[in-house]
Amino acid sequence: MAPSWSLSGALKGMFSRATIDADTWEALEDALISADFGTGVTDSIVVDLRASVAKYKTTDPADLKRMLRETLEERLARLDPTLRLTARPAVVLVVGVNGVGKTTTIGKFAKFLTGYGRTVVVGAADTFRAAAVEQLATWAERGGAEIVRPQQPGQDPASVAFQTVERAQREGIDIAIIDTAGRLQTKSGLMAELGKIRRVIEKQTEIAEVLLVLDATTGQNGLAQAEAFIEHAGVTGLVITKLDGSAKGGFVLAVQEKTGIPIKLVGQGEGIGDLTGFTPHVFVQGLVD
Amino acid sequence: MATFGNLTDRLVETFKNLRSKGKLSAADVDGTVREIRRALLDADVALEVVKDFTSRVRERALGDEVSKALNPAQQVVQIVNDELVTILGGEARRIQFAKVAPTVIMLAGLQGAGKTTLAGKLAKWLAADNHTPLLVAADLQRPNAVTQLQVVAEQAGVAIFAPEPGNGTGDPVKVAKDAVTFAKQKQYDIVIVDTAGRLGVDAELMKQASNIRKAIDPDEVLFVIDAMIGQDAVTTARAFQQGVDFTGVVLSKLDGDARGGAALSVASVTGRPILFASTGEGLDDFEPFYPDRMASRILDLGDILTLIETAQKNFDEDEAKKVAEKFATDTFTLEDFLSQMQQLKNMGSIKNMLGMLPGAKGMRQQLDNFDESEITRTEAIIQSMTLHERRVPKVLNGSRRVRIARGSGTTVTDVNALVNRFEQASKMMKTVAKGGVPQVPGMGPIPGAPFGGGRGRVQPKKKGSKSGNPAKRAAENAATATGGAAKPAASGSGFGLGGSSTGPSEDERASLQKFLGR
Repeated sequence: MAPSWSLSGALKGMFSRATIDADTWEALEDALISADFGTGVTDSIVVDLRASVAKYKTTDPADLKRMLRETLEERLARLDPTLRLTARPAVVLVVGVNGVGKTTTIGKFAKFLTGYGRTVVVGAADTFRAAAVEQLATWAERGGAEIVRPQQPGQDPASVAFQTVERAQREGIDIAIIDTAGRLQTKSGLMAELGKIRRVIEKQTEIAEVLLVLDATTGQNGLAQAEAFIEHAGVTGLVITKLDGSAKGGFVLAVQEKTGIPIKLVGQGEGIGDLTGFTPHVFVQGLVD
Repeated sequence: MATFGNLTDRLVETFKNLRSKGKLSAADVDGTVREIRRALLDADVALEVVKDFTSRVRERALGDEVSKALNPAQQVVQIVNDELVTILGGEARRIQFAKVAPTVIMLAGLQGAGKTTLAGKLAKWLAADNHTPLLVAADLQRPNAVTQLQVVAEQAGVAIFAPEPGNGTGDPVKVAKDAVTFAKQKQYDIVIVDTAGRLGVDAELMKQASNIRKAIDPDEVLFVIDAMIGQDAVTTARAFQQGVDFTGVVLSKLDGDARGGAALSVASVTGRPILFASTGEGLDDFEPFYPDRMASRILDLGDILTLIETAQKNFDEDEAKKVAEKFATDTFTLEDFLSQMQQLKNMGSIKNMLGMLPGAKGMRQQLDNFDESEITRTEAIIQSMTLHERRVPKVLNGSRRVRIARGSGTTVTDVNALVNRFEQASKMMKTVAKGGVPQVPGMGPIPGAPFGGGRGRVQPKKKGSKSGNPAKRAAENAATATGGAAKPAASGSGFGLGGSSTGPSEDERASLQKFLGR
């Protein structure tokens, strides 16, 4: 097994030095870039930290580490990560590119919600990918949620979404989560389809949350994904998945800052319980320590 | 997505600054190298690869070959191109088939990299080459992965071996082993084993993959990696190399707007060649990977070879000859225009095709604005005309135009615009057919691109002209560079099995040029 790369590992050498010197800064920059923060955010963090170090006239790398953590925490904590699910039914639309873990996330999210005594119905509006409906059905069962399936293969996803919301309204189910097919943000036709799903649901009720699922291993392309999905689907929150891997998902800071959309949920494993709310403190701890 | 320029855009910008200079100082080189570093990092090329790459480029750029070159800036572009090709794996490689059937191919990769879909694509591609692939469902982990593979197999029209229902039950090692025995009995000559996706750090699942590998002794282990992956590409690739030791790489989701980063990292770090690229959701969106072409794409030198191949595959030669004749004799009608357009549509996404032209990246904005449904509308308008009108557009008076507009659900303005465009296009075609150079806005003459017909047809439909300078410059530059880059791929025995997708030879290109009426 390759030892998993970690920011802390990369930072260890740097923080074990006696003083802060040119090498420290270079090591810090390299470490941040390797954690997918991207060149822009990395530059700004380094500039910030250089200023703080100059201001407090410190030469102790331990101080630098603390400052790094504080900077990251502060920047991540600027937005409110609370999910707004007060409407009844609260409709949650889940979107994202292919293979980021939308369906899995929905399963976990359903479990998370049923754990709090909410009733949940999931809508299998991914009518495109082979066996996506079955996959969702399995997850729904594990998560203790009802499922609305398309009546025929290749049915218009918007109609599945409609039926899901309708059922939630009719049966008084608290929360309706709608799975959509993965689509690359460059496919304008498919992105327009998302707009349609949105419009169809909005005719019935307000959409409580549109969650964009991002894979932690994604690099700077995550930003392009976020921008496109915000434009077409009106994303209100981000979900970061696969954080249990070796990737640290530094790009989410860039995404959060550039778009002003907060991270709301974090997925860290394959088990159904491995989905938690986003706490900047914990996230940064995972990064730095 | 103006805020997010991709690798190509960034490099084009950098080189533009460089091109205006006659002589390069050390400071110029340093500045350029810094830009390249940033551009590559923003494109998610792994840091260590970037460092390595930029130091090599820098060293060569400061060396004799540049200072003595006629055009130093050009030389730097060439160096960057060379180094990119080297990193991407140099020569194109094909699948190594076993001497004794069946050839066993195992797929491994992260969750969500696209293994199952890829299994279907690979099977379909091989089946088209007269192989008899057998898909094996050894992903027993993810809910309904087996079902998905079954559906994919059905779509691809190939056989599947799926004794276990999956969803966490069954032994994938046993399934894989049985599959090979089964294939021997039933005489399938290729076995494609789809395994469970796993995270690089999951020791247990990695062990399972390695056990499968030991049990079936595959001829190829393909590592499927998402083109959108970031800095983690290196860690993941290393983990998989240690865990299952793959023999080749497949790049998936290359149709997104992240291109190149992961390819560079993985190829460079593991030293394993990239065999295929998967470029879309359809089962046919799958192509052999050519390092030199990828490098050209990254550097915006266009991908003429792929373009020509697509054209050759889909163009009806007789039809094209007839049309060329018509241009020359001025008997090109709206009817021909329609059939041309339909043929063009057969070739796939026009946007993709335009993107392959050298310098096309400079027109990204225009490409983004290009609406493919425009073609459908145009089709509708022409189809609402009578045969006589199509043949003799002159008869289109006001009331006829109103009728056509109503029939096609468009407005009279649209109809007028189409007729105007058609007249312009046919005028331009006539010039081309007579051997002249059409005055296409934004496009200089491109010696390396024998695609005059296509350009002529597509271009006039674009709304608005744009000062062609950046594109032109890139195009001219590309002409020299593609000339050089084209040769290795053309002579290098191609990649395809049985030679069906061999790169076009010089002769073929010349004849293509001829029949396209240049």
